[in-house]
Amino acid sequence: MKIQVDSDKCEGHNRCYSIAPDLFDVDDYGYATAAGDGVVPEGMEEKAQLAVDNCPEYAITISEG
Amino acid sequence: MAGSDAPVDGVTVPLTPPVEDWTTDYDILDAEYITDPYPIWADLRGDCPVAQTDRWGGSFLPTRYEDVVELARLVPVFSSHDPLVVRPPDDQQVIGSSGYHTVNAPPISADPPVRTWSRRLILPAFAPRAVEAHETYTRALAGRLVDGFIADGRVDGAQQYAQQIPPRVIAHLLGVDEGRADEFTDWVRGVLEIGLSNPAVRVASRDKILNFFAGEVADRRANPKDDLISELMEAEIDGEPVSDQHIIGTCNLMLVAGIDTTWSSIGSALWHLATHEDDRRRLAADLTLLPTAVEELLRAYSRVTMARVVSEETEFKGCPTHVGDKVLLNFPAANRDPDIFENPDVVDIDRQRNRHVAFGVGIHRRAGSNLARMEMIVALEVFLSRIPEFTLEDPSAVTWAGGQVRGPRRLPLAF
Repeated sequence: MKIQVDSDKCEGHNRCYSIAPDLFDVDDYGYATAAGDGVVPEGMEEKAQLAVDNCPEYAITISEG
Repeated sequence: MAGSDAPVDGVTVPLTPPVEDWTTDYDILDAEYITDPYPIWADLRGDCPVAQTDRWGGSFLPTRYEDVVELARLVPVFSSHDPLVVRPPDDQQVIGSSGYHTVNAPPISADPPVRTWSRRLILPAFAPRAVEAHETYTRALAGRLVDGFIADGRVDGAQQYAQQIPPRVIAHLLGVDEGRADEFTDWVRGVLEIGLSNPAVRVASRDKILNFFAGEVADRRANPKDDLISELMEAEIDGEPVSDQHIIGTCNLMLVAGIDTTWSSIGSALWHLATHEDDRRRLAADLTLLPTAVEELLRAYSRVTMARVVSEETEFKGCPTHVGDKVLLNFPAANRDPDIFENPDVVDIDRQRNRHVAFGVGIHRRAGSNLARMEMIVALEVFLSRIPEFTLEDPSAVTWAGGQVRGPRRLPLAF
């Protein structure tokens, strides 16, 4: 499972970062990116899905792989 | 009274004719709308998802999540240049010693491109790591406040607690005198609360804020300090310094938006916990539940309604709109929409899927949202850990303010 943040859509709500700080990085302005290569470590799938489901901008997507 | 120093205390809801038809004549300052707007929104969502009124300068009121979110993204046709929910009378658009004619509070009052650079100017001060640096201060402040009333067995949770925290945190962040917190509070209520129905109070209050920050900027021009205002004064945009007028406007925004909103959220949360024993006891027993609970409290008791101004002839959801019309960003109603939230009127502190828009959505997402969250979580942690058992001392003594920012203004609690 892999997560991706669309930087055109992210407005810096930081909901993803609060839910799953291990899965996301935020820059100095508060905009989020997927941590590392975006691959979700085993056991963190539910957190990743919650980050998707709480993003008000629909900026996060999950792909299998 | 214009220019008076009369305390802007108490909830002043002016007498207006009762509303008979909420679809065509709603009143955002109606006592019923302020104390219990939820059934009104539920009816409107079914009957007339975009209501209309001529009251308070006239406006349109969407109540569905999808419509509110769409409106927030329709920039710049629906412009941010005057985000207040009421329109000042035409003859009072240009008054006040500081000479501004509308809202000088960028980036909230700006459309792109100004919105974009002015937002980047302040975002670093409110990013997660920057906000963490204020947590120790906030926790100590909340602790001192509790020390001050815990022996009394009672407290006004709005006035003696919720209202005391944000003005000091924002003063601390900006680098201005925290000892003037009560004045800041009066000024902000004069703009966003009392001033909604009283343009003279609004202008006088806004003048006080702008004049205060003009003084702070002038002081730093002479003696630069190590604080956020000095940092803004040193910033450059495309190689050019930022004008003093812009910095004063941005400070105005940070004070106004950073105070009223957050104390309303803390107050609403305390009201909920005073009236919902199960939630209060669960949270007091396990403070780690707070971050999720706070998102739910933000959703259910969303405090801020903003406005956009129509900048060209167009229509919104089938309603023809004309230049100058206001359309309200009714985030509180959006957050109670049953199409998006299961059992929206049930406050479920474990709600996991919660795509609420309490801090807005799109390019004007509240820049201070991380600070507000931190203040709410810390304020509730400190209160619940020191005073786990509390109830409303007298439910009939609770008062609410609303219109632009909804929250309790008197909240007597007994413990």
